[in-house]
Amino acid sequence: MMSQQSIPLLLIDAGTGNLHSVFQTLRTITDQIVISDKPEDVLKAGRIILPGVGAFSGFMQGLQQRNLVDPIHDFIKKGNPLLGICVGMQAFFDYSEENGNHKGLGHLPGFVQEFQNMPNLKVPHTGWNQLWFRVKALLLQNISPGDYVYFNHSYYCVPENPGDIAATTDYGIDFCSIVQRENVYGVQFHPEKSQKVGIQVLSNFVNLGRKS
Amino acid sequence: MLAKRIIPCLDIKDGRVVKGINFVNIRDAGDPVDQARVYNEEGADELVFLDISATAFGHETVVHVVREVANQIHIPLTVGGGIRSVEDMRKILLAGADKISINSAAVLNPEIIKQGCALFGSQCIVLAVDARKTQTEDAVTNKWEVFINGGRKPTGIDVLEWIKQAVDLGAGEILLTSMDRDGTHSGYDLELNQAVSELVNVPLIASGGAGAMQHFADVLSIGADAALAASLFHDGQMKIRELKQYLAKLNLPIRLA
Repeated sequence: MMSQQSIPLLLIDAGTGNLHSVFQTLRTITDQIVISDKPEDVLKAGRIILPGVGAFSGFMQGLQQRNLVDPIHDFIKKGNPLLGICVGMQAFFDYSEENGNHKGLGHLPGFVQEFQNMPNLKVPHTGWNQLWFRVKALLLQNISPGDYVYFNHSYYCVPENPGDIAATTDYGIDFCSIVQRENVYGVQFHPEKSQKVGIQVLSNFVNLGRKS
Repeated sequence: MLAKRIIPCLDIKDGRVVKGINFVNIRDAGDPVDQARVYNEEGADELVFLDISATAFGHETVVHVVREVANQIHIPLTVGGGIRSVEDMRKILLAGADKISINSAAVLNPEIIKQGCALFGSQCIVLAVDARKTQTEDAVTNKWEVFINGGRKPTGIDVLEWIKQAVDLGAGEILLTSMDRDGTHSGYDLELNQAVSELVNVPLIASGGAGAMQHFADVLSIGADAALAASLFHDGQMKIRELKQYLAKLNLPIRLA
């Protein structure tokens, strides 16, 4: 029998995304990773990564169909670290405007909207762009302002509470590229595709709260 | 600021990197994982794998190549060649690719763009276009024709009209190859790239014709978001790191890793 928190690091499979790259990148940091879509595993996890690609509504449906929504809320209440990647980050907010209005997990006040057409700013926002820090977040240890990470998205998060914004990125506007409220972290970029800087972000997350 | 991307392209046949001009004189050029690692260390911003296998078995092997590269190298991967269905897309994405490039299949069945975008998102679907300049009556306006099947088959379709249609269907990026310039090392087709950049508001990868560092600067200054080259990098004629330093000195936004 597995005891409470018998899964050090859980990678949630919502059925839409490609977990392979995230898993392989995490393996360079730790070998104690479990991939699962089972609600019971969520509450056994010490920390969770929620990767997401594709459309917001499909991702939320994937969580709902697997009965993962309530366990994720319960997990957050316990205070353990949770990291959302890309659409996984967007899911923390109240709703997204992608293909109509779709409800998110509603843990962070705010919403998700599309980049507006601006001259010379193409959508999707694809490629390497820079991180600028709002706060000294633990997730940003050993990362420098101006470091590049890889983005590939058309929608971005608009947190209602400016205090939830840990880092921004300039793409016509300064959009929220890292969000943090207490134990809940989200990154709009793909750390698993961002070479050394990305591995550092993931490593910071895996080592949160651990004394080195 | 979003950086301009430098993208090496690897032609893959039956799981091996091959080199050759215009699909002739193809020769083995090594293991894709080794090659990908070298480019990653040199500071490539993304890798494009173009599968030119002629058989179903050959196409199967590219899935293994993608998986191996994704396992070892944490860099964005775009994979194209031989993709006929959303199932083909899914297999390659699950193996660790970030984007799928479609060319002939999209021309023959434009709905595949819509289907791919619905399942995986527009940011995942790259439209690859092989373009050749055509003679126009007034000899002033430029026109280009879409070719498919690895550049062997003319379609009679106008490049700009096709790209407009594909973006309306959801394509999230354009990989635009000038067949006139491909392999010539005489520079990218700037008129073609500028026309496409002004036409649609999705990222544009310029391809075909790179031979000197100045060529990259030229095309990245007229609206291309990324510049792709194959043989130039394979043959070691140009080092990606040196190219990126050159471009950064010209004040183009470049990621110097």
